[in-house]
Parts: sequence; C-alpha cells; structure tokens
Amino acid sequence: MKTAMDKVYKPSDDVVAREIDGEIILVPLAAGMGDLEDELYTLNPTGAAVWRMLNGERSLGSIAAALAKKHRAAPATVRRDILGLVGELSRRRMVTEAG
Amino acid sequence: MSPVEKASVPTKRKSLLPSLDVELTERCNNDCVHCCINRPAGDRRARRRELTAAQLDRVFAQAAQLGCLTVRLTGGEPLLRGDFPEIYLAARRRGLTVRLLTNGCLLTPALAKLLEAVPPLQPVELTAYGRDRRSYERVTRVPGSFAAFQSGLGLLAEHRVPFRLKGVLFRGTVGGRRGFEAWATKLSGVRPELTLLLDLRHRRDSVARNRAIALRRPTPRQVARTTCADPLFRRQMKLFPGRYMGPQGGRLFTCSAGYSVCLDAYGRLQPCLLLRKKELTYDLGAGTLRDALTRFFPAALAVEARGRAFLARCAQCGLKGFCHQCPARAFIENGKLDKPVEYWCAVAHEQARLLGWRSGPGSLPRLRPGPRAD
Repeated sequence: MKTAMDKVYKPSDDVVAREIDGEIILVPLAAGMGDLEDELYTLNPTGAAVWRMLNGERSLGSIAAALAKKHRAAPATVRRDILGLVGELSRRRMVTEAG
Repeated sequence: MSPVEKASVPTKRKSLLPSLDVELTERCNNDCVHCCINRPAGDRRARRRELTAAQLDRVFAQAAQLGCLTVRLTGGEPLLRGDFPEIYLAARRRGLTVRLLTNGCLLTPALAKLLEAVPPLQPVELTAYGRDRRSYERVTRVPGSFAAFQSGLGLLAEHRVPFRLKGVLFRGTVGGRRGFEAWATKLSGVRPELTLLLDLRHRRDSVARNRAIALRRPTPRQVARTTCADPLFRRQMKLFPGRYMGPQGGRLFTCSAGYSVCLDAYGRLQPCLLLRKKELTYDLGAGTLRDALTRFFPAALAVEARGRAFLARCAQCGLKGFCHQCPARAFIENGKLDKPVEYWCAVAHEQARLLGWRSGPGSLPRLRPGPRAD
C-alpha cells in the first residue's frame, strides 16, 4: 500500500515559481489560490529546498532522506516538515500529485 | 511558523528591474482634453508600428529574468489592442503581476471573465473623468463614453475584480474633490488617487493641445491648498524635506529614471514614463533590457546641468522635497533638461509657504519649519 511518503508531487500549472535574489516566490496564475486575490507567496529556506526537488519524479520519502542526510537532521522531523509543507501547497493548489 | 509565507509587492528584494512600464499603444478611444499622450483610436500608421504580442512576450521574459515582479500595462488605452488577452496572459505566465491602467470603456464580459479567472494580482486602475455623464464627457469629448465607463465598472464589480478609481481635478473642478472622493470610495471600497498635476504633452507634439492643458491646470495656489489640506501629506512634508532632501546640486537625474524604465508602443525603451528625448532612448529591438539597464542608461543619464537658471535656482534650492520639477518635465515644457519649469516651481513654493517652511536669504530657502502660515 502506498504511504504518504511514497507520493510524488510536481508544481501545479496554476502557479509560476520565480527565483529572485535567492528567494523562491510563488505567483498564482489562477484565482482562489490565496486568501486574497493579490497575494504572492514565498518559501522559507526549508520550503525552498523541498520545492526545488518537487519535480514530478522524486517521492517525498526520497526528498526527506536526501534533506535529512544533507542537513544531518532527524529523518522523522524532516518527514513531518515535508508533509506539512506539501499539505499546505496542495491545499492552495500549488502542487499536484504526479502520475 | 508556516514554510509558506505571504510575499509583498513592492518588494525589498534586490533586482535590476523591480517593475516595468509598457505602453501597449499610444491610441485611445477617448479624446481627453488634458491627455499627454493620446492618438486617435483609428490611427493606422501608429497601429502598424506597435509591438506584437510575441515581441512583448520576449520583453516580459527578459524582464522576469532580471527579477521584475510587476509590469504596468498602459497606453493610450491598452484595451484598444485586439490581442490584449494574449499580451496579458503572456505577462502573467512569465510570473509577472499586472497593473492595468484603463479607462474601462472597452471592457467586455469576456475580458472581465479573464481578469476574474487569471487575476492581475494588482487592483485594476480605472480612470474616472467625472461622476456623471456631463462632467465625464466634457473631458473625454466622446458621446456615450460615460455609459461605456459605467458598463466597464459594472463588469469589474460583477466579476469581483479588485479595482481602484483614479480621478483628475482641473482648475474648474478642484472644488468638487470631496464629492468625487466619496463617490469613488463608495464604488471601489478604497480612496481614489487624484491627479492635480497635469503634464503637458510628453512628446511635445501639439502646441494647441498644450495650450488647452495649461488652461485647465489647477493654479499653484489651488494645488497647494488641496494637497496641504490632506493630513497625511502635511505630516509627511513636515518631516520629509527637512530630513532627507537638500539642494540637488548640478546632477540632473536624482530620480529612478533609467531604473524604473518604460517601453513605448514601438519597442523603444525610455528612461521613465515621462521622458521622450531621442538621445536618451534605447532601441530594444537591437539590444537587451540588461544592456539598457547596466550600460546604456547609467552612461546616458550621468549628465550635469549647464543651464544658468537651473544652476542658480534649482541646483541650490532646498525645496527639492516639494518640487515636481525633473529633467523630464523640464524637457516636456522647455525642450531642455535643465531649464526650470515656472509652474512646478510656483507649486513647490506655495506648498512650502502654506506648510510654514521659511525661505532664507537670496534664492536658497532654509528648511526650518516655522509656524503654519494658514
């Protein structure tokens, strides 16, 4: 059975990700993605690292393992953070499940 | 703390090009008495020369690469372009937010639906030339334009597209400011932006039109009384000129010209929305935005004033914080970048007088707040 960490996500077609001055800014293309109609979003450093790996090929588990190794962090903590981020991005229709 | 945070526009991020102004056309469906740019809607020659949607998309791509976050689509009237939806979507797909400046008369249900489905992420800026047919059409000089404006307004409201109204006050209508503000605030939910400072024709293309604009300009006293009646303006100007502004010396460009640039309808990059001097224009068809911003404009705009009157008055004047004089406005009015514009000078001095700033001996006013003159 597929667990949450086996899932693969990719950026939604309804959002344009911009990288400006080292920061990732998510610019909604479709209506209703933000709480207000004029909102842009930015990701914190952890969120930005995850976003760069949400390429429609890597599973969340693989991303978590790579980040835990790179930052020498507890795998359980990284998995929890990633699920929280992807949950929020998913709720805002900024990522979609691939395949 | 959430890993996804709201970002702001304007932004403090460092980028070579924070925003870009793009004139989609110089043509307009209205024929406003005070307009500083418009050509007739049916001007075929102008239309043939306008950049195509594909060319504009290439500019948007370059702008996005340079970190631009907002593009202002203006004109003329941008909605005169039959390919406006294509241009608008191109900008949005490049990750740009769009400030659309329009008179709203040409809004259709299809366009309103588009703005609802793919929001510009900035309120549409809608110019209202009056709040009834008579006053509106006295300005636009096009019968039926007020009804068309009302229809556009209704479409934006129906499709929940955020908008902000802008208004223009003339010498004969300054007294109606409060009524206009109340009407516009009720319609849009936000206070309107009112223009009192009318520029002459940017392209210096019509003596007759310039005369008509000059006749309608509020007097310096009207401008000063109206602006100084605004508590926010009063508060800002009590502090700002004294703390941050002093005589500018002989350097001409002390503004954001060459940084906050404007692409005209034909692919020529201008240092700002106002200035149209051939020698300070960059042909984007033969170059790149990056080259214009990093090489051309810094060199072209590093000029010192030579005009005697400018050096004797403006270069030493401590009222720079009040003054709307700039090289662009000097060029518009006098054909020279460094010749004082008496109208802007009179406005600045009248504002300073009303707010109690005292002039020192000779031509050098001292920025010491005294008691309010009024």
